[in-house]
Amino acid sequence: MSNLSYVRTEMLQEQAPPVTQTGIVMWLRENMFSSIGNSILTIVSGVLIYMVLASIVPWFWQSSWTAHSLGECREAIAHTYGEGTEGACFSVITERYNQLLFGFYPSELYWRPILAFVLLLLATAPVLFPAIPSKYLGFSALYPFAGFWLIWGGSLWVPLAAIFGFALAYAAAVYLPKVIGSLGSVIAAILLPLIWWIGLSGSVADGLQNVVPLAIQSVDSINIGGFTLSVMIGITGITLSLPIGILLALGRQSNLFVVKTICVGFIEFIRGVPLITLLFVASTLLNYFMPPGTSFDLILRVMIMVTLFASAYMAEVIRGGLAALPKGQYEAADALGLDYWKATRLIIMPQALKISIPNIVSNFIGLFKDTTLVSIIGLMDPIGLSTAIRANQEWNGIVWELFAFIALLFWIVCFSMSRYSMYLERKLKTGH
Amino acid sequence: MKKTIVLGTLAAVGLTAGMASAGTLDDVKAKGELACGVSTGLVGFAAPDANGEWAGFDVSVCRAVAAAVLGDPTAIKFVPLTGKTRFTALASGEVDVLARNTTWTFSRDVDLKFTFVGVNYYDGQGFMVPKALGVSSATELDGATICIQTGTTTELNLADYFRSNGMSYEPVPIETNAESQQNYLAGACDVYTTDASGLAATRATFENPDDHMLLPEIVSKEPLGPLVRHGDDQWGDIVRWTLNALITAEELGVTSANLAEKSAGTDNPEINRLLGSEGNLGEMLGLDAAWAARAIAAGGNYGEIFEANIGESTAIGLSRGLNAQWTQGGLIYSPPFR
Repeated sequence: MSNLSYVRTEMLQEQAPPVTQTGIVMWLRENMFSSIGNSILTIVSGVLIYMVLASIVPWFWQSSWTAHSLGECREAIAHTYGEGTEGACFSVITERYNQLLFGFYPSELYWRPILAFVLLLLATAPVLFPAIPSKYLGFSALYPFAGFWLIWGGSLWVPLAAIFGFALAYAAAVYLPKVIGSLGSVIAAILLPLIWWIGLSGSVADGLQNVVPLAIQSVDSINIGGFTLSVMIGITGITLSLPIGILLALGRQSNLFVVKTICVGFIEFIRGVPLITLLFVASTLLNYFMPPGTSFDLILRVMIMVTLFASAYMAEVIRGGLAALPKGQYEAADALGLDYWKATRLIIMPQALKISIPNIVSNFIGLFKDTTLVSIIGLMDPIGLSTAIRANQEWNGIVWELFAFIALLFWIVCFSMSRYSMYLERKLKTGH
Repeated sequence: MKKTIVLGTLAAVGLTAGMASAGTLDDVKAKGELACGVSTGLVGFAAPDANGEWAGFDVSVCRAVAAAVLGDPTAIKFVPLTGKTRFTALASGEVDVLARNTTWTFSRDVDLKFTFVGVNYYDGQGFMVPKALGVSSATELDGATICIQTGTTTELNLADYFRSNGMSYEPVPIETNAESQQNYLAGACDVYTTDASGLAATRATFENPDDHMLLPEIVSKEPLGPLVRHGDDQWGDIVRWTLNALITAEELGVTSANLAEKSAGTDNPEINRLLGSEGNLGEMLGLDAAWAARAIAAGGNYGEIFEANIGESTAIGLSRGLNAQWTQGGLIYSPPFR
């Protein structure tokens, strides 16, 4: 048996697959040229991409980074790359990037917005990533006050007095139901802090400041600008609009006529009005209602308007999530004997929010980009600053470089938000 | 009981409102800084430099007022205002003086209830065309496409001019000056029209300014000047006479270089009255005797401010033209200091 010559005794040498079935060639055949239509599409797109890149890449590459005016830029580019070359003048960014980031914030205090931003990342981490122990959530709750204090400066007693207002609301919500019933305590939890903030907190903070001075150098709102301002308005709007939106969405479905009417009225009014109109109201109209001399900070006014605007939209997004829940979920919650708040907190909201994540995040992204509208009412956000920078004779005529830089800043933030939302969706996916 | 509280509060608010608007001068002194409304950025007239310091032709007016009133040309809070927010900001008291190249018109003065304290720049609407277009006068622009900024008097002036000359045009409406520049350079329109000072500043930024020219016609009157609220004449007088002091200083040859020497007293009684070594003009205004000297020290006299910000030595390169002193054939004219 051993000398049967037609039986191979050793394995054939492994052969490379045909060139059309491997590597880049196969990939191209499968993805780029699988059919005539696909091939035409590939070639046309390739030509288009080449045409775009052919004009952008040299513009980027043959750029000037060290000049001090547009004229110098042009000279430097002509000198290095030959007469008639079109190149980007990124010198404007190297010279003014700190203004685009911080506005007219005093340069020796730049550490404060930077620290506030780093703390912001630390404070949002426990909220965004459940892997981090929840005991750090306390820090996240305190962050808004710390952040505002760092950026605006001034007396430490002001944020402390503001925190006390929230403590009042918490105390009313926890201890009062036994005394005056649950509806009474909800009303008290809203009214008490409002009375404190509007009527008392200012004078108490002043008094405490006189007794125990605790203050850092305050920075005037007019000097706060640039990307710092966009982030401030955006983050405030984002963090406040979600809870307010949830409450509004719940209120809209409420059986209590007054609550329902107020919520529907608010949502429909705000959604019926363009954001820019609200910003004009914030910047001009509100001044007429207040006695001259009372300067209610313009940035605060804008933040409030942006938050209200975002909340109305958020309410509708969440209402969509609530509507998508099968009625059985509500009934099951009732059958378990949960009261309204427990059912909402434990059963309804987690599911409704999960359904709404993509919409919520795209609302956030839209809101963040809408912050550039404040340049129309004269606030110095990056777009406003680009006008101001162009008003210098040295940089007059520069457009693309500034906008490219601003676009890059916004893209980084918005793209991160979008990636996070996809991560969250994957993580919360329970379907199989 | 409750009603009384509400009414009482309202009355108190009304009272404080009345008090606050009674004396802008006292308010400014109490705050220690002048709130000055400026443009969000206009070449030569108002722009922040790399350190966030504002400079420009309009800004200099505010610096002079701050120097006269507070003794410190840097004690200013600059509030950048857009064309849409400027008037409400002034009316509501957010700014004490608005120096934002604002055209003095009847309705702004009368209907919006502002006081224009004078004119610091006589502008007018002009046209810029590429030389390749082969046009030498605005009367040859029949059928042209024209880039205009929307919502400004520019738009209305243009329509008036073309109608009265029996010509037609195609407007390309555009929101900002930067967009206009890009559109004009890209050939989206044959002609760009805005205030002549703006055209000169824009042309100076072009890669090849010599390929473009300003047409000789000026089709509108745009007297630009600082303004204050109606109802506080003392404050209006202070801003008006600070501007006049700068103009008179140029007329009388008082410059930032010889200011100290002339302040000590000269043979010219008007210089002496202006600089406070004679008479009591400062006192009449509610200020001290050296107010005008400080205003002039802030940035020089009118001519020096013009030269430093928009004059022929700068890239904008505007000639004095209408803005020369009346003695030189221009319109800049201050009533006497007497």
